[in-house]
Amino acid sequence: MLGDDDLAALWLTFRVAALSTVWLLMLGTPLAWWLTRTGSRWKAVCNALVALPLVLPPTVLGFYLLVLIGPNGPIGRLTTGLGMGTLAFTFNGLVVASVLYSLPFVVQPLQTAFAAIGPPPLEAAATLRAGPWDTFFHVVVPLAKPGFLAAAILGFAHTVGEFGVVLMIGGNIPGQTRVVSVQVYNHVEALEYGQAHWLAGGLLAFSFAVLIVMYGFLNHRLTVQPAK
Amino acid sequence: MKSSINARFALDYGTFNLDADLALPGTGISVLFGPSGSGKTTLLRCIAGLERPAQGYLEVNGTVWQDSSQGFFLPPHKRALGYVFQDANLFPHLSVYGNLCFGLKRIGLKPAAAGLEQTVELLGIGHLLDRMPERLSGGEKQRVGIARALVLKPDILLMDEPLASLDFQRKQEIVPYLARLHQALEIPVVYVTHAWQEAARLADHLVLMNGGRVAAAGPLAETLSRIDLPLAQDRKAVMVWEGRIAGHEADYHLTRIACMGAELYTTAIDASAGTPVRVQICARDVSLALEAPQATSILNVLPATVTGLADDRKGQTVVRLQVGAHTLLSHITLKSKHSLGLKIGMSVYAQIKGTSILN
Repeated sequence: MLGDDDLAALWLTFRVAALSTVWLLMLGTPLAWWLTRTGSRWKAVCNALVALPLVLPPTVLGFYLLVLIGPNGPIGRLTTGLGMGTLAFTFNGLVVASVLYSLPFVVQPLQTAFAAIGPPPLEAAATLRAGPWDTFFHVVVPLAKPGFLAAAILGFAHTVGEFGVVLMIGGNIPGQTRVVSVQVYNHVEALEYGQAHWLAGGLLAFSFAVLIVMYGFLNHRLTVQPAK
Repeated sequence: MKSSINARFALDYGTFNLDADLALPGTGISVLFGPSGSGKTTLLRCIAGLERPAQGYLEVNGTVWQDSSQGFFLPPHKRALGYVFQDANLFPHLSVYGNLCFGLKRIGLKPAAAGLEQTVELLGIGHLLDRMPERLSGGEKQRVGIARALVLKPDILLMDEPLASLDFQRKQEIVPYLARLHQALEIPVVYVTHAWQEAARLADHLVLMNGGRVAAAGPLAETLSRIDLPLAQDRKAVMVWEGRIAGHEADYHLTRIACMGAELYTTAIDASAGTPVRVQICARDVSLALEAPQATSILNVLPATVTGLADDRKGQTVVRLQVGAHTLLSHITLKSKHSLGLKIGMSVYAQIKGTSILN
């Protein structure tokens, strides 16, 4: 069965993933909107930056992050100067890393959803006296709802599944940075296969269920309805 | 002409550029007519402010909406306009009622105060209010789109080929509503189309567009009768007469129409005597004779004077005729022109078959 350590790891994982998802949506939404609408020559560069975590080994991302936020890194000096200490090996550091790591999983579904809306509904809204913000919240958001749902689920699930980045910048501190994936590793290292099974199996079932729910929902929304 | 819409726009998209100068009257329907790619929709979008890169000047009813020389551009949502899109462009996530109220909420008007009920009735969409747009036919969508624009009581109504995406049946379904609008509306309407029938049926003022430029503009009859334009040479060229129904000959399924002095027979029109009607007379259905024909199947024989002649260099001649207060166009062959010896100022008889006059 699950021990106290395991339950703490589960609860921590949930907190990291939930908080990261909130930040991901807050940052990813304007970013995806800008990437959809802009004709800027920086678009390709930004798209590539956002997509980097898809191809980089998590250890590479984690390594650079560690350098940046460590005591001698530029961000580390800034946070220390502000009296916040360094982000490395802390809960907040883990959230920052998760947001970067999961960004493509949020930005890309949103970008696809925004692009699918196209200019016509925005133009209709403009001719009906809706300003840009109004149009975004009352036309774009409702029309992109499946995209937001997919982004949130993927962002959450992908954060739950991270391991390499956590190990690099979070370490293995109980209650602070010891998330489920790390705890599974600990059990296996200690040859506690029974407990590893409980956690690993739980994570497997969770991920599978999330994906079924999401594809079920998206299929329902995306299946072409026969014309009447 | 007291014009209340003054527009001047320049827009360069590389393969297409618009350079249009336009003055439109403050009432009635102005039709922007031209082949596809002539810039009529782009010009309409410039008026709405939907073509942000366009440079120019726009004034509607004395209010300046754009003056690029001063760096002034009123964003579209601040312009008191109504826009009807080619494919209606309803919000798919809102019901018909939600679509109709979208703009009202933003100008802070209650549906009742805006006269939503009358608008709904005018367009015959009362039974559709709870439906989602995906459950509407093309014609119904378009009527909702028109109502959605109208209910805001805009200063100007812009319509971008509202019938173009509809099949013949749906067009027939919606045209009567447009004709009703024509009578009910006090605001100017700018209507884009590439269909002759719609232009001739709806326009008060006709603007011909070609290659991103305004080729000609003026009151409908005046513009249609300009034989110097390719329009009059077109095989679909028509003249439009306004008149009233004078009476019916039910046994023959005929209607008599009085048009300022002249009287025309047409196939029966379903409307009571006194109703104003607009008829279209195709130029190629008008033939000419030097003497009044004695025995003929042609119902309408009208004395006329030749006021203009233009050859198209392909064996066809356009003859412009004066019939009472009206102008008429006739397409005849160059051979006929020579054998009749037609000259400006000659008196002739114009013959029009009753079946070729369109309502």
